[in-house]
Amino acid sequence: MDKIVTIKNLVFMRGQRKIFDDISLDIQRGKVTAIMGPSGTGKTTLLKLIGGQLSPQSGSVVVNQQNVHQLKRAELFALRKQMGMLFQSGALLTDIDVYENVAFPLREHTKLSESMIRTLVLMKLQAVGLRGARHLMPAELSGGMARRVALARAIALDPMMIMYDEPFTGQDPISMGALIHLINSLNKTLGLTSIIVSHDVQETAAIADYIYVLSDGKIVGEGTPEQIAASDSEWVQQFMQGKADGPVHFHYPAPDYFDDLMSNQLS
Amino acid sequence: MQIFQYLGATTRSGFAKLGRATFFLFHCLPGLIDVLQRPHLLIRQIYSVGVLSFLLITISGLFVGMVLALQGYYTLSDFGAEASLGIMIAASLVRELGPVVTALLFAGRAGSALSAEIGLMKTTEQLSGMEMMAVDPIRRVIFPRFLAGIFSMPLLAALFSAIGIVGGYMVGIGMLGVDEGPFWSQMQAGIDFYDDVVNGFIKSLVFGFVVTWIALFEGYDAMPTSEGISRATTRTVVNSAFSVLALDFILTALMFGDT
Repeated sequence: MDKIVTIKNLVFMRGQRKIFDDISLDIQRGKVTAIMGPSGTGKTTLLKLIGGQLSPQSGSVVVNQQNVHQLKRAELFALRKQMGMLFQSGALLTDIDVYENVAFPLREHTKLSESMIRTLVLMKLQAVGLRGARHLMPAELSGGMARRVALARAIALDPMMIMYDEPFTGQDPISMGALIHLINSLNKTLGLTSIIVSHDVQETAAIADYIYVLSDGKIVGEGTPEQIAASDSEWVQQFMQGKADGPVHFHYPAPDYFDDLMSNQLS
Repeated sequence: MQIFQYLGATTRSGFAKLGRATFFLFHCLPGLIDVLQRPHLLIRQIYSVGVLSFLLITISGLFVGMVLALQGYYTLSDFGAEASLGIMIAASLVRELGPVVTALLFAGRAGSALSAEIGLMKTTEQLSGMEMMAVDPIRRVIFPRFLAGIFSMPLLAALFSAIGIVGGYMVGIGMLGVDEGPFWSQMQAGIDFYDDVVNGFIKSLVFGFVVTWIALFEGYDAMPTSEGISRATTRTVVNSAFSVLALDFILTALMFGDT
């Protein structure tokens, strides 16, 4: 199977804290791959490493046969034109309306005529169901609508791959259903590769072809949704079943509770 | 011992920040190409940075000119030199108060707004979003604002001085009864275009450069939290004020030191 992203022996640290400890994974072209794991495991950091916004201490990230962290700035920007990224907040430009937000990458990277830009913007907005909202400002959009506009913007340049950062967080059931439908249908109709970073187990497992589960800087499980559900890994089961305690402890590391209460030291 | 550690750490972080600010400055210069290709990016920022500061500068200039006339009159009248009121007001405004007070007001209004805007764009991932769309935010967002600040400051300082002279005229001639003839003629004879007007223009250009640079860098370097933005805007106003006053001394010494 053709791999669009290959990560090998990746080590990434923030200060003294090891976020990724020698991880390796592959993303297959044309598939929906989910990166799952508890909050704070570095899922968003992984997307930023793939997009070249962060550099690892060691290891390599190869996207479409190009080593992201050995590219020159112009080459990296050329590669990014083929990647779309949907940020958790939407990251829409707040001083321009929905139409201009979707037109933004087209105006920046193409010399298309205004009528062609209009046609493309309306097509992208139609795909996410927000053609009628094109004159609204980002502040007038709900969270779900903002993400759909951001999705329309992400597909404006017809990328080969889209990275979704926590697309379902904080969404009501209707918005969530709309987003799941969109991600799935865009992946199929446009032949995209999708990487979804999420901790929403059911929603993500419903559309993912392959899942990686991250915890404590390592990949603790991988496979199809069925294989992950049947995994005997304690880490995977704690995460998939939402158990409060397990290999990922409920309590943040602290001194003994009794000793802590008895000591008179002011913290 | 701790005080040496503190001083060492503060000095080191200060130099590191200066290095980041210098790198930031050089990184944004290629944005000139974008601005030349799309001048509307600059025009929009000139409106937001310059035109929206118009009222503040006009009113402040008027009052500063009026106060200068009052104070100048009471001092000059002791020596029977009321006729020199015009040149005194004009020289004070064009050489010093115009560029300096405008820069301080500019830092408070436009500088803090720029820091907050850039800081908020960073916090809401708008800058990261641009990077992922293969658009360099420093060239696309920062440079037009930088150029708008440098372009607007001398115009605002000139406006401040001109309105200040009008304010001085209103008080000096209208209220205090100074003779209008020598008020204007001494001003015309005493103010030198190169020594006074051009030097004042250079000062305001330098202040515009420094204040806008500080404002944009502080916003870009801010911690992406509400507290980070609050600190960045405060640092913009404080550091701009210090820089303007220190640079004013240096520039004044260079421009007028040998006269």
